[in-house]
Amino acid sequence: MSNAKPKVAFYWCASCGGCEESIVDLAEDILKVVAAVDIVFWPVALDFKKKDVEAMPDKSIAVSFINGGIRMSEQEEMAHLLRRKSQIVVAHGACAHLGGIPGLANFWNKSTIFRTVYHTTASTDNPNGTEPQPKTSLDGYELTLPVFWDTVHPLDDIIDVDYYLPGCAPHRDLIINAVTAILEGKLPPKGSVLAPNKSCCDDCERNDSKPDKLQIKEIKRPHEVLLDPKTCFLAQGVICMGPATRGGCGERCINGNMPCRGCMGPTDQVYDQGAKFLSAFASILDANDEKDIERLVDSIVDPAGTFYRFSLPSSILKRKKLEAVK
Amino acid sequence: MVNLTIDGKQVEVDEGSTILQAAKKAGARVPTLCFHPVIEPYAACRVCVVEVAFRGKNDLLTSCNTKAEEGMDVRTASERALRARRLNVEMLLARAPAAEPLREIAKELGIEKTRFPVKDPDEKCILCGLCVRACEQIVGACAISFIERGTDRHVSTPFGEESEACIGCTACAHFCPTGAITVEDKYGRKVIHDEMYLGPTTAIRVPTRQAVPMVPFIDKEACIHFKTGECKVCAKVCDRDAVNHEMEDTIQEIEAGSIIIASGFKTFDARRIPAYGYGRFPNIITAMEFERLVNASGPTGGKVLLANGEEPKAVGIIHCVGSRDENYHAYCSRVCCMYSLKFAHLLGEKTKATIYDFYIDMRCFGKGYEEFYHRLLKEGTKFVRGRVSEITTLALTEKEEGKLIIRVEDTLLGAVRRIAVDMAILAVGMEPSIDHNRLAKTFNISCSQDTFFLERHPKLAPVSSFSDGIFLAGTCQGPKDIPDTVAQAGAAAAEALALADLGKVELEPITAVIDDKLCSGCQICVGLCPFTAITYKKDEGHSEINDALCKGCGTCVAACPSGASYQKHFRDEQIFAEIEGIFLI
Repeated sequence: MSNAKPKVAFYWCASCGGCEESIVDLAEDILKVVAAVDIVFWPVALDFKKKDVEAMPDKSIAVSFINGGIRMSEQEEMAHLLRRKSQIVVAHGACAHLGGIPGLANFWNKSTIFRTVYHTTASTDNPNGTEPQPKTSLDGYELTLPVFWDTVHPLDDIIDVDYYLPGCAPHRDLIINAVTAILEGKLPPKGSVLAPNKSCCDDCERNDSKPDKLQIKEIKRPHEVLLDPKTCFLAQGVICMGPATRGGCGERCINGNMPCRGCMGPTDQVYDQGAKFLSAFASILDANDEKDIERLVDSIVDPAGTFYRFSLPSSILKRKKLEAVK
Repeated sequence: MVNLTIDGKQVEVDEGSTILQAAKKAGARVPTLCFHPVIEPYAACRVCVVEVAFRGKNDLLTSCNTKAEEGMDVRTASERALRARRLNVEMLLARAPAAEPLREIAKELGIEKTRFPVKDPDEKCILCGLCVRACEQIVGACAISFIERGTDRHVSTPFGEESEACIGCTACAHFCPTGAITVEDKYGRKVIHDEMYLGPTTAIRVPTRQAVPMVPFIDKEACIHFKTGECKVCAKVCDRDAVNHEMEDTIQEIEAGSIIIASGFKTFDARRIPAYGYGRFPNIITAMEFERLVNASGPTGGKVLLANGEEPKAVGIIHCVGSRDENYHAYCSRVCCMYSLKFAHLLGEKTKATIYDFYIDMRCFGKGYEEFYHRLLKEGTKFVRGRVSEITTLALTEKEEGKLIIRVEDTLLGAVRRIAVDMAILAVGMEPSIDHNRLAKTFNISCSQDTFFLERHPKLAPVSSFSDGIFLAGTCQGPKDIPDTVAQAGAAAAEALALADLGKVELEPITAVIDDKLCSGCQICVGLCPFTAITYKKDEGHSEINDALCKGCGTCVAACPSGASYQKHFRDEQIFAEIEGIFLI
C-alpha cells in the first residue's frame, strides 16, 4: 500500500461541469498529476461505477475533489460515500464551497422550480403535467429517481470538508498548488480555503486608479457604459464585488474588462459576503436625502442575485423562508 | 537741523523743511490756497508769499516751496510781503470771484473788491492745478489737465469728454481748495445729510468703533494705491509711519495642543424674505442697522431718524425674522426677543414714536429678562401677538399714504390688522458664520440638524467636540446670548487648560484596527472616516488607521468589504459568541 501512488477521486454534484473542465484545463500539467496519482473515480472522464467505490476499503482514497452543491438525495449519498472512503475531501469550486450559482435557486423551492421547468416555460410541452417522481412503476418494474430538494447546500452542510478550492472555476494555479501541497503533505490547517486571504483589489492593477474619496453617484451596468480598461469599476459606477471577494483568481474577469462577480467567496474573517459587500457599497453611495438613496438603490437590478451570486446557501441568509415561497 | 528767524522768533526745523513749515512751527499764520500737505508744493496761487532776508539779499519768496535755510530771516507779514500778497489775491479775485476761501483771505487782508476786471462773477477756479497734480501724483490716473491757453485756460478732461482714465475717485474735488470741482451724484440716491450717509466708507478705516484692536485696516479692493500704484496719502499723513502698503497677508502655522473654536455667527439676510421688503423700501432696517443708528458715536449721533431726516412717528419691531420659520430656520435664535425689547425701550427714550412690537411668543428667559418685559408693558409699547405676513407701501386709505403698512394677524384679537408705521426694524436671527462649513471640514466637527456645530453631549459635554482637544465656544455651537457665550467660553478655556495641565491625552480604547495582512488596499474606508484617521499607503498596498485620531465610530469596520478592519472588543466572532451566549441562557 505504501508503495502505491495516492488514490484520487473526482465527483460532480449540482454544478455546471466547469470545475471538471478546470482539471482538464491543467493541460500538460495534468500528465504530472496523472503520473503522480492514481485516479480511482472520475465519472465524467473514466468509466467507474458507484459499486467500485463502495468496494474500496474506507479511507483508501487519499483525496476526493467534489464539485457542485448538494441539492438531491443522490448527491448527498455520493458525498457521504466519498467522505467515508477518503482521507481528505476538497470542496472543489464555488458551488461546493459556497453553493454557487445553482444556490440562487434557494430563492424558490422544489414546487416553484418544478412548476416553471415542467409546466410554465414557453418551450415546455407536457400535456399530462408529468413531474419527476422518486418512484414510478412501469410495466411491472419499479423505477427510482433521486429526490429533488427544496434547498441547495454547500458541501460542508452535508459532510465534513477538509479544504476548499474556491472559484468558478478554480484557477489552474490554485489547483496545482493544492494538489502539490496534498502530495507533498504540506497541508494548511483543516478547513482552510486554498487561496490567498486578501481581497481581489490586492492584485488588481486598477486599484491605484481609485479617487481619493470613492463615491458612486449613479449605478451603471456593464452594458450601459463604455468601460475604461484602466479605471476601477467602482470609480466608474459599476458594481464590482472585488473588494469583498477573495483574491487569487488571476483576475480573469477584470482582465476581460468585466467587474468581479464574487466567485471566490469572502475572505476568512467575513461571515457573509453579500451582506459585507452591501455594507461597503452602501457606504460609498453619494446620496444625501432619502429620495436620492431610494432612487439609487432602486437602480440596482437584482440586488440579491448581484450580491449573493455565488454565496447564498453558505450565507447567514441561506435561503428564502420556505413558507414565504409560493 | 536748520535755525532761522520767523517774525523775529528763532525756530529750529528739520533739514529740508519749507519756510511754511517753519512758520507754522513758529506760530505765524501764512495763508495758503494751492498748498496741500500730501502734494508736492507748486506755488501756483502765490498767496503764501513772505519776505526773506538771506545772504545779504531781500527777496519775496513763496513759503510753500522754498526750503528753510540756516540763518534766514523771514517776515511773514512785513509791509512788502503783505502788499505783494494783496496784489496776488486781487488778481485771483478777478479770476475767481466766487471762490469762498479766496474771499476769506481777501477779507483778512482788507480787500473789499478787486481793482481788475471780472470776467465771470460765478467762477471759482483759481487755476492752481492742485486737482491736476492730485490726479497725477496721488491717484496716478492722469485723467484731467489744463486745456486751452491764456484767458481760456481751464481744467478739464481731454476734449471735455467723459474720460475713461477717470476712476471716479473724486480726489480732484477733495483737493480743490475753492470748491470749483463738484462731483455729481448720478444714482439719484437721497443721502440724509453728509454725516448720516450709511453707505460705503473710506478705503482705510477702523471696522467699527467697538473694534478690538482699535486699529485701521486697508480695504485692498477700494484703495486707490492698489488700483494705480500711487496715492499712499494715508502713509504720508501718518506721523507714526504706521501705514505699510507692502504688507501681505501671511499664513502662520501655530502648533497647539488644543483648539477652541469660537467662529460666531452671521445675521440672517432679511432679503431672503421678499415679503418684508428689506432692500426694496426705505426705512426698513435690520437690528444691526438700528444698533448703528442709535449708537451715540453713529452717523446720527444716536438720533433715530428716517431717511428724510425726520423723526419717525410710529415704529414697528418685527420678531423672528428668519427664525422659528420652517421656510428658513426652524430654531429660535434666542436673543432677538430681548434685543427687540431693548430697541423698544430705546425708541421710547429717544423718540415720541408709537412703538409696535410684533412677536410670536415672548421668550424672556434669563435673569431680569421677564422683569424687563413687564417694564416695557408699562412703558406703553404696543405688543401685537402674531407673525407679520407682509410689509407693503400699497396704501388703501389716505392715512396710509407714504407709510409702511405692516400686515399681521393679531392672534389675540383674532383679526388681520394693517398697521401703518414710518420705520420697521427686522429682528433678524442667527446663522452659522460664513466659514462654518469649511471649519467643520477642517476640524472634523459634526453639525447638528440646525447646521450649528454639534457638541459631544448636550448636557454632559456641551463645550467639547467629538475630536479630543477641540472645544466649542459661543454661537458657532448654537444661538446664545452674551452671558451664555461668556460662560461657555470660560468653560472651554478651562477644559483646554485642564488638558494642557495634564500634559497627556487619553485615547479612546475602543478604536478600529486595520490588519495589514488582510487589507487589500481597496480604499473604500479611506474617504468614509469622519476623523480622517485612515491613510492609504500606496507603496505598501494597504490602509492604516491613526490611533490618535480614531474615535472608534466603527464606520470603516462596517464598510470594510474584506473584514480587514475590525473594532477592538467588537470583532464579529465576539459578537457572534455574545449572541450565542444569549441563546444559551
